[in-house]
Amino acid sequence: MSTTAARPRLTTSAMIASIAGEGQRTRPAPFGHALVELAAQRADVVGLSADLAKYTDMHIFAQAYPDRFFQMGMAEQLLMGAAGGMAKEGFIPFATTYAVFASRRAFDFIHQVIAEESLDVKIACALPGLTTGYGPSHQATEDIAMFRGIPGLTIIDPCDAIDIEQAVPAMAAHPGPVYLRLLRGQVPVVLDAYDYTFEIGKAKLLRDGKDALIISSGFMTMRALEAVEQLKADHIDVAVLHSPTIKPLDEATILREAGRGGRLVIVAENHSVVGGLGEAVAGVLLRAGVAPPFRQIALPDAFLDAGALPTLHDRYGISVEGVCRSIKGWLR
Amino acid sequence: MTATLTDLEDSAYRIRRYALRMGEVQGQGYIGQALGMAEILAVAYRHALNLRPSDPRWEGRDRFLLSHGHYAIAFYAALIEAGILPESELETYGGDDSRLPMSGMATYTPGMEMSGGSLGQGLPIAIGIALALRQKGNPAFVYNCMSDGELNEGSTWEAALSASHHDLANLICLVDVNNQQADGPSGKVLAFEPLADKWAAFGWHVQRVDGNDLPAVVAAFDAARDAWQPQPRVILFDTRMGRGVPFLEKREKNHFMNVAAGEWKSAIEGLDAAHAARVAGRAR
Repeated sequence: MSTTAARPRLTTSAMIASIAGEGQRTRPAPFGHALVELAAQRADVVGLSADLAKYTDMHIFAQAYPDRFFQMGMAEQLLMGAAGGMAKEGFIPFATTYAVFASRRAFDFIHQVIAEESLDVKIACALPGLTTGYGPSHQATEDIAMFRGIPGLTIIDPCDAIDIEQAVPAMAAHPGPVYLRLLRGQVPVVLDAYDYTFEIGKAKLLRDGKDALIISSGFMTMRALEAVEQLKADHIDVAVLHSPTIKPLDEATILREAGRGGRLVIVAENHSVVGGLGEAVAGVLLRAGVAPPFRQIALPDAFLDAGALPTLHDRYGISVEGVCRSIKGWLR
Repeated sequence: MTATLTDLEDSAYRIRRYALRMGEVQGQGYIGQALGMAEILAVAYRHALNLRPSDPRWEGRDRFLLSHGHYAIAFYAALIEAGILPESELETYGGDDSRLPMSGMATYTPGMEMSGGSLGQGLPIAIGIALALRQKGNPAFVYNCMSDGELNEGSTWEAALSASHHDLANLICLVDVNNQQADGPSGKVLAFEPLADKWAAFGWHVQRVDGNDLPAVVAAFDAARDAWQPQPRVILFDTRMGRGVPFLEKREKNHFMNVAAGEWKSAIEGLDAAHAARVAGRAR
């Protein structure tokens, strides 16, 4: 990277920074609008938040359906307990907060109140992984690792606005508890360029390639697709398998694609290298006796820095440039 | 709901007896708490709660959450007394493949509305149920039954704030104040007095009564239901662990009361004798 020009020092990203690149197509608040549309069709849908409606796009639902929205205050254990109570009474509650607070502060309530009784609570949380430069208190680096340990909990890490719009009604129709990592505000639109529909429990091959396979979830699928375009210039041909449902994993598709042989398998995720999509995939492969060369692009097992998001994404290797660097290095 | 005080007294006796028999089956159990709560459960299940025993999921029912899951031994006794569980199932308490596990779980037992082992979760759940009932226009009450130990958990107070914030007049919280928790008397572990003042400051309609005084318990349940204020209701019941079996009530208070193998039989005999004396006293 050229250092001849002094780089301007970027400031810590505000908590509401968007991960959309410059000039990227986006849609505003896909979660909030999808929930409003769902609520028009399903009278049993209600919304709750722990004082973060405005920051999880739940405010759009709250404005459209004020008598179906319940403010629980900055009390995440109460949020999850109450959502469970409403589900027991036949409602489909969508409960929002930040991913850090749902996973860390409210874990026991999600585990014991919601999951143990398979209640129809749909937990949608903003600031997944590294989507804020605010520091470790708000960077949900291990939420997937934690929630994978809960039996019966479906886990979705959407790539873009398309995934989110389609996931919302799918979650409501899906029996049992669901955890959705949420992108909010101006959310990129990427997957409409592919022959793609979101389906719970299904991984979709967006593009094939012979030199490497990237299995990714969340916005790392967007990064992977951009990296793959850049790598063409180096005559590197990379496949991208988008796996938005992390639990249950689409084991059949993953085994089929990773088992094809002759290419490096890379799992890219906006999550700690510990316990997320990468280790989940590794477990599936090894148990099936499939052992391709395997690498992970993920956040380090560390408390992450505070700072500007673009700087941090590059520092931790999850920017497009970072992904390209890693892949070129591995294929040398 | 036409049970007389005499009927309720007999119910409390039978609840104590069922609980002792379950304790005997297991050789151990939270029997001190069960004996202390017998009057409260008798009044709840034979007087206060609107229920259909043959249909534990009847939509019009008053919901009853056992937040303190370890009180399951007492709760099963109440469910047997209410005709929701058959007495024959009592022998399976705490055993393999039983519908009556030691820690109460909704997935195991008809009439059990939550899984309560973790503690401090019932009141938050009750908030959700109360909101939902109001949303549906369902006039039923939701009762959350909890221990004084659970007053230590922050989630209890999150819920207490919320109940008042949302004017949940269909929510009745019952607190068993036996002043004993795992590491000792509550006053030495995490003191919560003055307790009534705290709930009042949180905006609740508060009553505090002797939980082993049957007429007082009946009056408290009635007042909680009939209160006109748009507030959630709490009844603080001061109870004595081991109540009803004098040698257990006098025993050094233990969260998990020690009862030797042969003592279960003498406890039941003592309970029966006291009951017989009460019955004889009525005949005069």
